[in-house]
Amino acid sequence: MIEISHVDKWYGPNFQALKDCTTSVAKGEVVVVCGPSGSGKSTLIKCVNALEPIQGGEIILDGIKVNDPKTNLPKLRSRVGMVFQHFELFPHLKIIDNLCLAQEKVLNRSHDKAVEKGKALLERVGLTVHANKYPAELSGGQQQRVAIARALAMDPIAMLFDEPTSALDPEMISEVLDVMVDLARDGMTMMVVTHEMGFARKVAHRVIFMDQGEIVEDANKDDFFGKPRSERAQKFLSKILSH
Amino acid sequence: MNYNWNWNIFFQPNPMGTGTYLDMLLSGLALTIKTALLAWIIALVFGSIIGVLRTLPSRAASWIGFAYVEFFRNMPLLVQLFLWFFVLPELLPRAAGLWLKQLPNAPFWTAAIGVGLFMSARVAVQLAAGVSSLPRGQKQAATALGLTTVQSYRYVLLPMAYRIILPPLTSEFLNTIKNTAVAITIGLLELTGQARAMQEFSFQVFEAFTAATVMYLLINIVVVTAMRFLERWVAISGYISGK
Repeated sequence: MIEISHVDKWYGPNFQALKDCTTSVAKGEVVVVCGPSGSGKSTLIKCVNALEPIQGGEIILDGIKVNDPKTNLPKLRSRVGMVFQHFELFPHLKIIDNLCLAQEKVLNRSHDKAVEKGKALLERVGLTVHANKYPAELSGGQQQRVAIARALAMDPIAMLFDEPTSALDPEMISEVLDVMVDLARDGMTMMVVTHEMGFARKVAHRVIFMDQGEIVEDANKDDFFGKPRSERAQKFLSKILSH
Repeated sequence: MNYNWNWNIFFQPNPMGTGTYLDMLLSGLALTIKTALLAWIIALVFGSIIGVLRTLPSRAASWIGFAYVEFFRNMPLLVQLFLWFFVLPELLPRAAGLWLKQLPNAPFWTAAIGVGLFMSARVAVQLAAGVSSLPRGQKQAATALGLTTVQSYRYVLLPMAYRIILPPLTSEFLNTIKNTAVAITIGLLELTGQARAMQEFSFQVFEAFTAATVMYLLINIVVVTAMRFLERWVAISGYISGK
């Protein structure tokens, strides 16, 4: 589904954010990407739908080359859902309109159909009663669930999560993770940047560990949590699992 | 000071046979309002286009935006008006220059366009600031949903940017109204022009300019009040100064 091969990414001439990164996510697979801050995990996930351009290597999404100038990027992006650290709901639109905007403007669905789809998804994330509120009237956890519903409204073939719980208060993290666990169990293809190792243990198939722009470790979940091969990953795990 | 106050002057007939002196001032007021409204529309349209150009990643676009703004805001308004009115017709081929000079209402069109373009540079800077003040993730979220750049601006970025810059836009609207007074120099008989004419015919300089001052004040109070209503009308529930 997602093929990332030998990707190099530079910010300016002096800083290489990604160094020869190669990995892949198969259909129905849940892959967790972790690593210390500044290791390039968010950059990597943003390269998958070309929010960030890459300078070397190639990324292939469902058979379509992302970094090909001939690719219709808006069309490709509309098929991949993305959830951001800071939710990024559109503050001037009601919750239901946040869910309908791209359905209508990108997929050309009728308003009625979009609303129907939106309502069904709001029910799925347990927020039906908030459909006519504005994002600023919802808690962080609720906003992030709306953001997930907004991405799902596009019927994505895969979902990308960029630290979806990092900006949340602790008691709101679980409500968002619950939605994500359900999604994973339904067989959604997911690439998740997160520090939530509990989530990784529960639903991930593979874990990728990154450091300084490199993929240091790319292992099955059990191997990763059992005994990571690299010392760097062992150190990282001991730090975040000891509390 | 030996000044003969005469507040009844407004109700005496003016020497042009167009009614009283008050009628003269009111026709000036009407022309000021017409000129200012047209100038403001021009300022909003051109300012929005240039403002958006300034925020695009394309270097050519931001260079055009930069050049436009620096050209129009770094030259005194009076000089710009002289350029459009006296210099431009001479620079054009003879026939075109002649046609321009013989246009009916040339001072009106020149003033509206001249003031409009001058103000558009200021609107552009503010709109660009409004767009850049939005979280970077908003553009990314819109892009990730598959919206094109035009759609992202139309449905996501601009609705918020305009809301944010409404208070400074109010000031710019007021400036536009006041700046139309410069048109007296190219022979437009707007409010300031008529007040001056009244002074020359009647020698009641204080009465003429007191009346003009009060009229300027009144239009500006109307504009400020209307903009406050607009601000409250578009305010978003729960967001900054929401209702």
